[in-house]
Amino acid sequence: MEETFVKTDIRKDENIVYKRTDLLVDRPLSYCPGCGHGVVHRMLMETLEEMDIQDKTIGVSPVGCSVLAYDFMNIDMLGAAHGRAPALATAIKRLWPDKFVFTYQGDGDLAAIGTAETIHACNRGENFTIIFINNGIYGMTGGQMAPTTLPGMRSSTSPYGRDVQTMGHPLKITELIANLPGVYYVTRQAVHTPSHVRKTKKAIRKALEQQKENKGVAFIEVVSNCNSGWKMTPVQSNKWMEENMFPFYPLGDIKVDGKLVEKKEVVVKE
Amino acid sequence: MAKIKGDILVNVERCKGCEVCIASCPFSVIAMSKEVNGKGYHFAIKVNNDCTGCMNCAIVCPDGVITVYRGKVSE
Repeated sequence: MEETFVKTDIRKDENIVYKRTDLLVDRPLSYCPGCGHGVVHRMLMETLEEMDIQDKTIGVSPVGCSVLAYDFMNIDMLGAAHGRAPALATAIKRLWPDKFVFTYQGDGDLAAIGTAETIHACNRGENFTIIFINNGIYGMTGGQMAPTTLPGMRSSTSPYGRDVQTMGHPLKITELIANLPGVYYVTRQAVHTPSHVRKTKKAIRKALEQQKENKGVAFIEVVSNCNSGWKMTPVQSNKWMEENMFPFYPLGDIKVDGKLVEKKEVVVKE
Repeated sequence: MAKIKGDILVNVERCKGCEVCIASCPFSVIAMSKEVNGKGYHFAIKVNNDCTGCMNCAIVCPDGVITVYRGKVSE
């Protein structure tokens, strides 16, 4: 069936307008089908390729699905203890101030186990980039409830939905961090549609370029899906994310050039 | 008259059949195959010639399996 539509006159090397970047190792990604991690990996690697800094960049990936990043990113990477990526990145950046350093963390890692490291690294104004993938769940271990799980959201440890009376309220760590003086750039993006992916790539580029200026932490939250943990198909989970995650985690810049961005009030359904 | 047309090439063995590209294509060029690849996933295939090479499918593909071509064709 495919052969009918093959256009051999276009399918030539000089006509390639988009292909997978060589900075991603040539092996299949081990993430679930439709997982946002793959897109963020590729956008990050494309940004490094465009800035031509792949030999000057050191990534830190802690525990979670994000730990697999060093299997696929063809740059220098270090594995950190669970939640301790900002502490390790602090050391790397202080020892090699001319390197570009980023951490790549999930929400169970950054917002639960590594809260102290994250907040203190941001408060000290360390000069590295944090990429935070928020899917509202502990994806790797089987979909347990994370601090970022929405009220009423089902997970394997909150099978009747998250009850805020007994399980507490979801933690908006990005807004929390934006109020710290050491943080220079905070934004929240998504990767489920082409336009959002392009915006995420711009945000990553902006964050990495700001490392040259020694202004402070750049923090990029990517609201992503976890279709395996949410027990949905990838397309369904993207729709669910638009309907439920985005009202609670509104997309857009939160802090630009060290100043909080004025936002319209968003009514959150409880 | 020369026209700009696009084409996609899917790395069939790497495709995991998540169907995110289908939702992102503005011209409904992509559909899922009836066959499965070596891992048992239905993979994305091109089903018509309306592709303009906009790269939406390739950008949104989590596994980066789509290569996009764009060039002039004479009709």
